[in-house]
Amino acid sequence: MSDQRPEKELEELDARLREARGKPDRSGPATGAENSTPGSALGLAMRVGVELVSALAIGVVIGWLLDRWLGTGPWLMVVFILLGSAAGVLNVYRMARGFGYAVGYNQGPDPGQDQDPGDDRGTGIEG
Amino acid sequence: MAAGQSPLSQFEIKRWVPIEIGDVDVSLTNSAAFMVLTVVAIGVFLILGMRRPAIVPGRWQSMVELSYVFIANLVKDTVGTEGRPYFPFIFTVFMFVLVGNLIGMVPYGFTFTSHIIVTFTMAMVVFLGVTVIALIKHKIHFFTFFMPPGVPLIMAPLLVPIEIISYLSRPMSLSVRLFANMLAGHTLLKVFAGFVVALGLFGVFPLAFVVVLTGLEIVIAFLQAFVFTILTCLYLNDALHLH
Repeated sequence: MSDQRPEKELEELDARLREARGKPDRSGPATGAENSTPGSALGLAMRVGVELVSALAIGVVIGWLLDRWLGTGPWLMVVFILLGSAAGVLNVYRMARGFGYAVGYNQGPDPGQDQDPGDDRGTGIEG
Repeated sequence: MAAGQSPLSQFEIKRWVPIEIGDVDVSLTNSAAFMVLTVVAIGVFLILGMRRPAIVPGRWQSMVELSYVFIANLVKDTVGTEGRPYFPFIFTVFMFVLVGNLIGMVPYGFTFTSHIIVTFTMAMVVFLGVTVIALIKHKIHFFTFFMPPGVPLIMAPLLVPIEIISYLSRPMSLSVRLFANMLAGHTLLKVFAGFVVALGLFGVFPLAFVVVLTGLEIVIAFLQAFVFTILTCLYLNDALHLH
């Protein structure tokens, strides 16, 4: 029980530090680096290239496997090359729109599905 | 290069201790040995750094705390409080990639992150784990992920395959990014180091370039570990908060 008081003092100090920093919740070195794109223009170009090519490659592989499975000549591969390049452009578009690196839908909370956030709050992992 | 050394020979896998169980080759290669070395180095760094924890940390302890707080904040900012249970995994991934990259920078060292099979395995673990988490958490609801909200149903046959390909390309882009950066950097270093000897007296110019490049490579080692980690966090965030 002897460590009860220092903890409280530390919490107070933490609150004061937060106030001094002018940020309500966030602290630490990660906040600045998180949203800005790390690396130079070369790094950005690299990421764009990788996103484009990897989606295209996945499309080609899916098309090739489906063709081999169904025996439908080169046609599914042609279709999936087009779909793969579309997915690649979509990836790059999402990256450029500032959704971070994520490929999914990161635009923010969707009003259509309000069941998930409620679930999350319920578990309430605090400290 | 004069000795017939290709700049790519540094990536060769060599069997150090040949072991065979049945027909399966489980030899201790230089790649595996450096992975073990990485884990041992992380263990020594973290455990010995926190051996005598003080309120006012010393240099070593504050380095350990810095890495902990850095990843803890990263998880908090990108995933939120629901990401807490996954912190140990994310911290492990970060330290493993980071220390692996840095050990690869030591001369005569081996960079296991420059092998696509290593990075792809890690990316697949992340990808499959995140998909399983999403499936457990959202059950069948997970598949709405592939159908953007507010899209007319007639577009679904076109959009859903594109979204699925986009989703499947995640482990690919995650692994290729780390692998390509490490491979390209180390190859470039070796090529320019070869020029130092070949150019004789004028070799000081490539030597200076190599010195600069080494610094850049160390930055890239940190950066790529960070990128790998933040992507893991963002994928986890997608899985936990499906939109």
